Amino acid sequence: MAPSADSNVKEENSQISYKKDINTKIGRILQNKKHANDIFDVIQYLQSEKDKEIIFATDACKRIFCQLFDRGDLYVGDLPQEEDLMSGDRSALDKCRIFMRHRYNNCVELLLENIGHEAFQVKVSESNMMVYLFLSCTQTLVEHLLSTKEDMSLLISRFQEFLEMDDVRYYVMSSVRDNIYRVMGRNKKAVIPVYQNNVYTLLSTINVPSHGSKITNFLVKQACKFEHKRAFEQMWLLFLKFKLPSSMYKKILVILHESIMPQMSDPTLLIDFLSAAYDIGGAISLLALNGLFILIHKHNLDYPDFYKKLYSLLDPSIFHVKYRARFFHLVNIFLSSTHLPAYLVAAFVKRFARLSLTAPPTALLILLPFICNLIRRHPSCRVLIHRPSSPCDDPYVMEEEDPAQCHALESSLWEIKTLQKHYHPDVAKAALKINEPLTEQEEDISEMLELSTFELMERELKAERKTIPLEFDTATELLKSPREVLGVHFSLE
Amino acid sequence: MRQGSTSQNRGLSDKVRKSKAAPEIQKNPFEVKINRKKFDVLGRKSKHDVGLPGVSRSRAIQKRKETLLKEFRAKDKNNKFIDRRFGEYDQKITPEEKILQRFTLERQRTQDRKDMYNLNEEEELTHYGQSLAEMEKMTDVIDSDSDSEEKGLLSAELTATHFGGGGGLLRKKSAGDEDEEHKPKSRQELIEELIIKSKQEKRERQTQKEEAQELTEKLDQEWKSIQNLLAHKTPKAERKDETDKPKVLKHLRPNTEAVSEQGGEKEDDDGDEEGGEKEDDDGDEEGGEKEDDDGDEEGGEKEDDDGDEEGGEKEDDDGDEEGGEKEDDDDAEGEEEDEEGGEDADDEDADDDHCDLQSDEGSEDEDAEGAEEEQVCAEGPPAVIEEQKKAAQEAAKAELPYTFTAPESYSDLKALLQDHGSDQQCLILDRTLKCHHPSLAAGNKAKLQKLFGFLLEYVGDLATQNPPDLRTVSALIPQICGLCQMFPEAACKAVQTLLSDSGHSMEETLEVKGRAPMPDLDMLVLLKITALLFPSSDFRHPVTTPAFLYISQALTRCVVLSLEDVCKGLILCCLALEFVSLSRRFFPELLNFLLGLLHLTVSDKLCVSEILLHLIKPNELLVFYNNKHAWPVISSLLHLLCLCFRLSLIDSCLDLVKRCTSLYKDLPSFAHIFQPIRTLLLQHLPVEGYPAPIQDLHSEILDAIPEQPSQHAPLVFKKKKPIPLKLFTPKIVQILDYGKKRGNTKEEKEHERLKHKYKREFKGALREIRKDTRFLARENVYFSSFSSSE
Repeated sequence: MAPSADSNVKEENSQISYKKDINTKIGRILQNKKHANDIFDVIQYLQSEKDKEIIFATDACKRIFCQLFDRGDLYVGDLPQEEDLMSGDRSALDKCRIFMRHRYNNCVELLLENIGHEAFQVKVSESNMMVYLFLSCTQTLVEHLLSTKEDMSLLISRFQEFLEMDDVRYYVMSSVRDNIYRVMGRNKKAVIPVYQNNVYTLLSTINVPSHGSKITNFLVKQACKFEHKRAFEQMWLLFLKFKLPSSMYKKILVILHESIMPQMSDPTLLIDFLSAAYDIGGAISLLALNGLFILIHKHNLDYPDFYKKLYSLLDPSIFHVKYRARFFHLVNIFLSSTHLPAYLVAAFVKRFARLSLTAPPTALLILLPFICNLIRRHPSCRVLIHRPSSPCDDPYVMEEEDPAQCHALESSLWEIKTLQKHYHPDVAKAALKINEPLTEQEEDISEMLELSTFELMERELKAERKTIPLEFDTATELLKSPREVLGVHFSLE
Repeated sequence: MRQGSTSQNRGLSDKVRKSKAAPEIQKNPFEVKINRKKFDVLGRKSKHDVGLPGVSRSRAIQKRKETLLKEFRAKDKNNKFIDRRFGEYDQKITPEEKILQRFTLERQRTQDRKDMYNLNEEEELTHYGQSLAEMEKMTDVIDSDSDSEEKGLLSAELTATHFGGGGGLLRKKSAGDEDEEHKPKSRQELIEELIIKSKQEKRERQTQKEEAQELTEKLDQEWKSIQNLLAHKTPKAERKDETDKPKVLKHLRPNTEAVSEQGGEKEDDDGDEEGGEKEDDDGDEEGGEKEDDDGDEEGGEKEDDDGDEEGGEKEDDDGDEEGGEKEDDDDAEGEEEDEEGGEDADDEDADDDHCDLQSDEGSEDEDAEGAEEEQVCAEGPPAVIEEQKKAAQEAAKAELPYTFTAPESYSDLKALLQDHGSDQQCLILDRTLKCHHPSLAAGNKAKLQKLFGFLLEYVGDLATQNPPDLRTVSALIPQICGLCQMFPEAACKAVQTLLSDSGHSMEETLEVKGRAPMPDLDMLVLLKITALLFPSSDFRHPVTTPAFLYISQALTRCVVLSLEDVCKGLILCCLALEFVSLSRRFFPELLNFLLGLLHLTVSDKLCVSEILLHLIKPNELLVFYNNKHAWPVISSLLHLLCLCFRLSLIDSCLDLVKRCTSLYKDLPSFAHIFQPIRTLLLQHLPVEGYPAPIQDLHSEILDAIPEQPSQHAPLVFKKKKPIPLKLFTPKIVQILDYGKKRGNTKEEKEHERLKHKYKREFKGALREIRKDTRFLARENVYFSSFSSSE
């Protein structure tokens, strides 16, 4: 550190002065206990107006206290009041240590103040979070990080590297828990987006190692055993207990099944949160499906009316949301059981078919094979595409919420018939399959799930063609073709 | 070849046999060669068990003598005299007959030509083309002349009558003995008649046109008067400049007759506006018509010109004709000037281009009209007038050279076209295309293929510049079309790249921002051009299928934030509808988008939230007024224009819905597809506030959509032929080739068989050639020995 400081010396006179000043003072403090009082001057710099001075002083403090701590020159244990220092019968060395410990406390206070400093540059440039970590206790640090007023995501991301250390992480987790409890209690369970965002950012960076045995990475050598998983679980559960803004729901649900559930000792505790989210509707419900699925599948959860709710989730928007692929993947899994009742599958099939009338081609390319697969799995649903009888109205009731009541099994898939006239050749081909008895082999829809319109377009563009047919009538003007529609409504000018 | 020759051989052999008494030959053991068989195969008939080598050899030699030897003799002797007189080589006709036939033929020949204008059936006997009767009369005169012995006076007539003359002197026939009408007309008369005829035609055409114009004007006026009562129209393009309307709208002016009732206050203004606009439109339309007319006229005129020029110019002294021609020209050009102002130069260029073609036609006409002219026409042309004409033409088009270098890059093309009017740009392109036609030089194909890409880029530029120059784009369409027809692959590639680039950028913005803006005008124009160049009704097409997907992407993923976006969306809808109108294919995104747009017209948002609004996210009320009960206060002209514009958009939207209903009414799920639109129109659309035409449209749509979905037969599988039971009858396969069997698949076998056959044929041909040479050598020896002995 010192040489680099020396090289900077040449830049400015004022810099030279304060850097030299601080450097000499550090040297004196560390050399001889006589000069201990110089620490006041260093601490003075922490209160300076200038950012650079603060940064430098922070660094200096770190160096001083690190050295003192290593030498054992800091008092450890119950700290007597500074006023009592003179009266007590302690050795000079002890007194000195206690004095230093007091200065240390002063320094920590000042540094925490600086975290809340308005100038953002100060925050960022206080690069060495180590200082804080080392100097302050986690509790107060967390309190500052989880500000209710400011977005601290940048600092939190810096803080992330220390979360690798097991002890730090443990203490952070427990202090976060306390913090949430306190803050949310104070705010009477209202939504505080900034605060919750901060909490989320911090929480999502915490990763508990998979095996408790491997906890060896300590900042400070300690012997105590941590119950990481438990702390982690409690922290999240507490966080999720309170009301969240909808964007936060989405964020959490997206990472829930990957980074939260596996690290919990008892994921079933999430059921409250998940079922609440599932009831919200829209995209949040779609996302909650994933967590629910894991609970049902792996943790033996019994969820009444699951399919009914799933059925009511189906509306035209499912084709346009960002999480379409995930949703169809899950629905495919949910409906893969051959033990489902025929009426239920038929209801799903019919509803999907009805919705397909508004779907874009990318969704249709998933949907049509999916419907065919469902009919293959449930041969009793074959009546949907093959029922020799007289013409009738469509008995299916789209508005009915209950799949048992919607008469889907008595209907027929005229919608697919309609899609045989779809403009996209692949869709039309896929729809044509219902004209004949379906083959035994199921179609794989997994590679279609992530297909975007542009990819579809590219497929078409890359296909090799031998001949390129041209329009039969040669055009003479822009808005003059045999089937002009544009020219009817707009004219050139 | 071989088979053919055998069939001929058989014919020959018959002869040989006949000449030598066939059974005799067959019985003669010296002639017969028996081909021994190794095995007797039951049921197989062999054709070649007995051969007659002597007979076949003699047959072959005979044939060679008839064909090869003759050719050989005639070798290097190209010319010979053939007497083509009738019956010269015909032995069967007696000489008397021959002479008689020849005479009649000759008579017929001369008769055909000369009696063309001789309508009386009487046959005239002539001598040297002069009627004998006349000559007889003349002889008297001559006699008397000779009597009086005035030998020095040789009048022209006299010499002519005496020394005859060709057909050219036919007109000298004296006038007295025949009626005027039947007499063939003189050349001058003919020409005059022609001129009169053409003038008359022109006059007729002009009067017709004038009448048509009057009629249209009258119609317009009537229409205006009606319109003034009804309505005011969508704001005019120029006025939109003042408003803060987006540029696209300025240039794609809605053409619909949207009408609103509250326009009463502003009726006058609007009336004027409309009048102006209407006139503009008329002007345009008439321009179009006239252009067509011009085409015709030019054709006609040109023909006249050619006729006149060739006829008239050759006879310098015909002053009248010159005058007439001048007049014609003046008339024509006067019209042109009226119509097209300063574009004469171009027209003349066009004339020039057509000149070659038309002169041919012209000459054909002349053939029909006056045979005499042809004869005179052969004389040398007067160069002076030609030169004058040329000079004038050159002066007119001094700025446009005839040849252009093909642009190597986009900037080249831009530099080439930029500073010219749209017509001139077309001309430049036309000439460039002609100069670099692929048949002219090797590299031209690549150049023109590149040119197509540049041209598309240029069109895109024209559409994106401010203000967009869509008229030029429209004018360039024939060139683009022509290039596309020449190089479908290159055109396909070029359009594909543009589509995929644009699609890619849209996808990227979607990924980054979550939503994308509506495509720009250049893309819309490109899509329109795509529809013009490539068939959108193909089940799968390398260009139109991606174009479909592009439109779909734009309609589903792009956000509608402003009226401009609504307008672009409507254009996309129009395009989509055009794309599917022939094949009647189903386009769900189109209906979704229209439904979304209609939602924007509704003020109560409760009903809106239920369906499909993720498509059009900002649910703000863009269209028309938001209060059903109170009329919107028209605070300013701008506001009014805005309202009118909205109304016209609503009108377009509803019209598109109507078109969709008629397009898709045969689909099984028709009712389900249109149910959301129906409920929206029926329950939520503030129809009462709209002007009458929109209300009509509204009710029409509601009529078209049935309340209850119609009945359909449940789906059944297609009837398939039952798969037949397995039978135990052997499968019979045709064996193509006996003997060795190589190859496994049918193709391989076929290939092997053909190879074998080829080999055999080749050997046979070689053998034949060898025999030929031997035969020729033998003949040579024989001939030379024969000649030397002589």
